[in-house]
Amino acid sequence: MSSEAPTAQHNELHTHRSANPFAWLTENTLQGMARRKALLGYLFLAPTMLGILIFTAGPVVFSFVLSLFRWNVFSPPEWVGAANYARMFADSRALTGFWNSFVFVFFAVALQVALGLLLAMILQARMPTWLRYTYRTSFLLPMLMSGAATAIVLGYMLHKEFGAVNYYLGRLGISPIPWLTEPGWAMVSIILSYLWLATGFTMILFIGGLTNISTEILDAADVDGAQGFTRFWHITLPLVSPTLLFAAVTGVIGGLQVFDLPYIMTRGGPGDSTRTAVMVMYESAFKNMEIGYGSTIAVVLFLIILAVTAGQFGLSKRWVFYQ
Amino acid sequence: MQSTATNFGSPRRTAGAAVGDFLRYRLGRWIVLLVTAVFAVIVVAPFAWTVSTSMRLPMESFSVPPQWIVLNPDWSNYARVFERIPFFQQILNSFIVTIAVVIGQLFTASLAGYAFARLEFPGRNLLFWLIMATMMIPLQATIIPVFVIISRMGLANTLWGLIIPALPTAFGTFLMRQYFLGVPKDFEEAAIIDGANQLQVFGRVYLPLVTPALAVLAMLVFNGTWNDFFRPLIFINDPYLFTIPLGLNDLKGYMATGSISVVLAGVTMSLIPVVIVYIFGQRYLIEGIMMGGVKG
Repeated sequence: MSSEAPTAQHNELHTHRSANPFAWLTENTLQGMARRKALLGYLFLAPTMLGILIFTAGPVVFSFVLSLFRWNVFSPPEWVGAANYARMFADSRALTGFWNSFVFVFFAVALQVALGLLLAMILQARMPTWLRYTYRTSFLLPMLMSGAATAIVLGYMLHKEFGAVNYYLGRLGISPIPWLTEPGWAMVSIILSYLWLATGFTMILFIGGLTNISTEILDAADVDGAQGFTRFWHITLPLVSPTLLFAAVTGVIGGLQVFDLPYIMTRGGPGDSTRTAVMVMYESAFKNMEIGYGSTIAVVLFLIILAVTAGQFGLSKRWVFYQ
Repeated sequence: MQSTATNFGSPRRTAGAAVGDFLRYRLGRWIVLLVTAVFAVIVVAPFAWTVSTSMRLPMESFSVPPQWIVLNPDWSNYARVFERIPFFQQILNSFIVTIAVVIGQLFTASLAGYAFARLEFPGRNLLFWLIMATMMIPLQATIIPVFVIISRMGLANTLWGLIIPALPTAFGTFLMRQYFLGVPKDFEEAAIIDGANQLQVFGRVYLPLVTPALAVLAMLVFNGTWNDFFRPLIFINDPYLFTIPLGLNDLKGYMATGSISVVLAGVTMSLIPVVIVYIFGQRYLIEGIMMGGVKG
């Protein structure tokens, strides 16, 4: 008797929908299932959406707002309008930082893409499997090192008097190069270190791109007698151009953010010769506690990245070829 | 001579043509492979130098020529790393942060990726493109506000401050979505007919089928988080909460006038976990990078 009562009540809940506020969701129909899926969709999305809102999308807007204030964390923020921007365009150190970032990105990305493509093409050539594997692993290895460790190790190796690099160059009859102690060479050292660290990534991108080229096209090129540079310029290059675009875009975005190499290897010096925009931002916001001014540099850097990326995609219509 | 010429396929070829072919095809390839070998040695050299110098006597550590093969390894440098910085604690911190971020990103990204690939709800495409657009935003453009938020939450100078902001991932969401799209829709229908609910369809049917994708994401996130320097530098100022890259930078500072062998011993030890993970997951790391390039 007592066990029947709840069962009856349970049935009633299902037969009279108005009695159950969740019936629209639990009903055993196609609409009910679609509603359950939609709800689950929002639930599944909630952590990512919330997280991106709080830690990425929101902060971008917040950065822009902060750039209009003067704020040292301890006293309340003070509205200054565009004064931080005016200051930045008159601040030789900030302008030098942006200029250094451009110089770095220009050479680093051009060489990274060229070298990555070259290595990927060499690895595509005919050779024993063990040799291909050894080469590939060697070129990938630097990717495992942190930027901090790379800066420390290569910094020691590039030491003018005691470094291994100058020792071997000396054996070849080259007099010691002031790798880290002379402005021009310091930038060269940072670029070379970045190439050591980042080229493996680009190489894998191109291995992916080259593997994707249909063999029919290459066979056709063979039949037509396309060889050497002609074949590279007219066949291979157009076919990997989508990967080239991707490597260039991610390269510029990554390169403009470079921080740990110059921060540890040269501390931005000698003088300001290797001080990048991100370093100036870091020093303003977190060393001098000028949150507003630091945000200004961050906003300008972000706008530059957006503009360059948009430019790359805009120009890409002229040279990127999709199979 | 005659027979050499026939090796190239045409009996009418002369010895001169054979030499020409040799120069063009064989020799060219050998030179390329040789130059590549030299280049590979140069690329690997910093690793070899790091490991070998970390075992040199402290007084010899900065003397040239570099000693590539260590005959009498001196392990005292390794012990001194632990005396100079709380190295063990810092390794532990790196592990805590890295593992938490990897697991957290696998969780958020597989849920969101599944939602975008397999669940239908109003605004799905709009939300997807909004999330994809945030991939363009560099870390530097958000770091100052994120630091302010973290501080207000009382998480500045804690490991939580390194973990929580790193959990949502636009790239991971994209990656997981691509893999979920590759699983046929029939699997879902079959499971529903067998009486599974939507949660079971996700957890028992689809998730096990995309384990390679989870491995790919785990590898990329492990590498990125273990090696991160910028965020810990800003968020953490207590050496007992440092992660390894910060600890190494610290160690380098202490050793500015001392032995670089001690610093290199620290670098060598910091590489061990990454190398172990790499040995097991190299395939997934490569696949992950190619995914971005080919389908991105």
